[in-house]
Amino acid sequence: MSTARASFDGPLWTRLEPLLPQVQKPARYIGCEDGMQTPEHGPGIVSWLMTYPDTYEIGLPNAGLQILYEIVNERPDGAAERSYAPWVDLEALMRRDGIPLFSVDTHKPAGEFDVIAFNLSAELTYTNLINCIDLAGVPIHSIRRSDSDPLIAVGGHCTYNPEPIAEFVDLVVLGDGEEVVGEITELLREWKRSGKNSGTREGVLRELSKIPGVYVPSMYDVEYDGEFIAAVTPRYGDVPEKVEKRTVADLADWPYPKQQLVPLTEVVHDRLAVEVFRGCTRGCRFCQAGMITRPVRERPAEQVSRMISEGLKRTGYDEVSLTSLSTADFSGIEKVVGDTVSDAGVGQVSVALPSLRVDAFTVGIAAELQRARRTGLTFAPEAGTWRMRQVINKLIREEDLYGAVESAYSQGWRRMKLYFLTGLPTETDEDTLGIAELGRNCVELGRKHHKSPSVTVSVGGFVPKPQTPFQWFGQNTEPELKRKVELLKEDLRGTKGVQLKWHDTRASLAEGITSRGDRRLSAVIEYVWRRGGTFQEWSEHFSIDLWLEALAACSLDVEWYVYRHRTEDEVLPWDHLSAGLHKDFLWQDWRDALEELGLEDCRWTPCYDCGACTGYGIEHVVASATPPAGGSQGTGVDLSAGGAVPVMLQPKRTVGEGKLATASPGAGS
Amino acid sequence: MRLRISFSKHGKVRFTSHRDIARIWERALRRSELPVAYSEGFNPRPKLSFGLALSTGHESNGEYIDVDLDPARVDGLDVDGLAVLLTTHLPVGLTATGVVVGDRRMPSLQQAVTSCTWQIDVRDADPIMIQQSIDRLLERDEVMVTRERKGKEITDDLRPAVLSLAVGSPIENGVRLIAELGTQPRAARVSEVLSALDPPLAEDKVLRLHQWIQTDDGQRADPMTVSAASSAPLEVSA
Repeated sequence: MSTARASFDGPLWTRLEPLLPQVQKPARYIGCEDGMQTPEHGPGIVSWLMTYPDTYEIGLPNAGLQILYEIVNERPDGAAERSYAPWVDLEALMRRDGIPLFSVDTHKPAGEFDVIAFNLSAELTYTNLINCIDLAGVPIHSIRRSDSDPLIAVGGHCTYNPEPIAEFVDLVVLGDGEEVVGEITELLREWKRSGKNSGTREGVLRELSKIPGVYVPSMYDVEYDGEFIAAVTPRYGDVPEKVEKRTVADLADWPYPKQQLVPLTEVVHDRLAVEVFRGCTRGCRFCQAGMITRPVRERPAEQVSRMISEGLKRTGYDEVSLTSLSTADFSGIEKVVGDTVSDAGVGQVSVALPSLRVDAFTVGIAAELQRARRTGLTFAPEAGTWRMRQVINKLIREEDLYGAVESAYSQGWRRMKLYFLTGLPTETDEDTLGIAELGRNCVELGRKHHKSPSVTVSVGGFVPKPQTPFQWFGQNTEPELKRKVELLKEDLRGTKGVQLKWHDTRASLAEGITSRGDRRLSAVIEYVWRRGGTFQEWSEHFSIDLWLEALAACSLDVEWYVYRHRTEDEVLPWDHLSAGLHKDFLWQDWRDALEELGLEDCRWTPCYDCGACTGYGIEHVVASATPPAGGSQGTGVDLSAGGAVPVMLQPKRTVGEGKLATASPGAGS
Repeated sequence: MRLRISFSKHGKVRFTSHRDIARIWERALRRSELPVAYSEGFNPRPKLSFGLALSTGHESNGEYIDVDLDPARVDGLDVDGLAVLLTTHLPVGLTATGVVVGDRRMPSLQQAVTSCTWQIDVRDADPIMIQQSIDRLLERDEVMVTRERKGKEITDDLRPAVLSLAVGSPIENGVRLIAELGTQPRAARVSEVLSALDPPLAEDKVLRLHQWIQTDDGQRADPMTVSAASSAPLEVSA
């Protein structure tokens, strides 16, 4: 079907080639990765251009796009290639020379694909989405597209509220794409065979809207009541009133990517990645990823071990990342770690756990994996006081954190990074200052083990997200977030060993504008794009003034969209889209949050009927019914800090190859 | 035991950087399961050493990498089949063209290589005018050029590094130049030489044809055929 070693020099390549010596990082645009496919195109074959609306370095590692790229290319009726947003230097030359957006695989013009499918993981890429559509030579508004234009599809976490970009996209896929991508391909194959005759696009969109998990915004009318939404109603009787997300029941059936792309130039996660589970039931209330990906579906440990050993052999990487929302919660973690360490041999492979749980047990696992180069570890307590952590349901006790930090320092790590959110519901200055207090205490623990330990306290402004219990919460104003950052700066001034870092509070505001908006936001996003506001995730291109100017130009109010608290009876712009979570469950969880009531992890307790399992007739898939060893965190079991694992471990065994473990604060922060 | 591997870099992959190429080789060597030696210490790295950097965007017929092997694991190593095997693990456009067995006394490529031959294509230029500007350059005793290095401006004489420069065979829509440029004490860049011409030229496609090592008898030799330590010919297989 395809071959990775063929070299394709299409007509577009010969025009692009002379431009590449004039731009930064030209290797972004050449493809040629190991794992690249050059599929055949033809009348009975539906072609997909899997596109990430940011640079190659950020987009290439995106697992969702790589999985769909393989699944489509395995189909006899499918062909998939990839594209990424060209950096501003190449974009200027492309526009000058009339070169359209292209695939990196065969340098085929984007406009020649049947579907251009975007992964949307961050709201601030919305202007890049429009820019890529425009660069493809496709009208940016779905209503202006003709039958021969590609369909613009989007998936990814942002699509749980796609209303701000509803005018620009033809179809939205909610949830896991593995199965639905094939169903869409089948439907489009027939349409393509029939020649995509004039006037048939509307009919195809209507058919697409009947596929479970597919939302076609143009099939719905939105009625307003003043500023509020009165109703969102399907335009036809056969279009569903509510679109439910898709959920793959068992990851064991989907061992993808089988041939992870190995880029020739450096990218953000330049290592093998094996997804160990999807979903999370810890129930952190700020975390959109944890809410929308339920239930937990673990990959069998043997499959994980096999994907690691085969993947390392095939790619030549010496580092593997075990990905999930909380990898230490994977019930097969000990087996996988054991297999990997013994299989690869000490000194050959390093294993990264990108989301460390905050407890000594987890640090023990990290120690097993990182035999050398123990420079830094990252934890995400998210809030500074126990009260605040109960509100957000991140049930980490101070003892858990101190146990983890002490254990890490005792085993040779010197630098700790702690992730926090500020601007959380009910947050007081005492809670905010608790962040500084934790940082100070951690560095104090480090002094017992090192002369100059360091703790980096990283603070991000909280942006409430759709389909979470905090979707009703009015985001802190930008000046308020800035005040809290100042409070921390002042409190930590002169504190030795503690560095404070903070996310630009203006970027949190822009994210807030786009995350819970409705269709009226389309004009704002278009305004920002028309004035050159692309690459808004990049500080050198980000401009809050442009966003505020756009809101004013569209007579929309930042207070109304971002800062006000929403009420139970309000129709939310995304109410017709479902991640499986009942709205009354989310509302109850919101009330519980305000009452400072923590909710235990439902893997180990009776079902709360949030809807994610019951609604779809599926269940958690876990290999072990016992809570993980380690901290008490939301397991309902009062394990002492560290559990059966000693907090203090002696430095041990041979020193070999290893890289530092890193952790991210979770997609919700 | 040290292997010297020659390879070429053509086509799309020429847009990868020197750093990219180093990482591509590390992965290719791991995939080939060649018994590469690792450094000691907390952060063991494969013992590889690369020759002169090739500018991003330039092609080459003659690139080299030295690889140290773990002597305990080299038994049964098929040196003859190695170039073919390595090419299967390299991306399209990178081809291993030869492997010779040397030893650790071989001086590093960076030290040993003394000059490179370049094929430089320039577009929309008149060969006669170019020949005249080349003649003017070659007649000069010194060609002072200023460049920036680590934030500092450095001025030095480019003329001694221009060992030869001439108009080559005709090509479509442009002129092909052939140049031999010295690499010691520092490698002269193609773009510097073109800029030093009056009027200056801009490169279109550039191909490194050869790297050379000047031997004790004043001859120049291919890095694959000379061991400067022993001056004895090496066992060659390609």
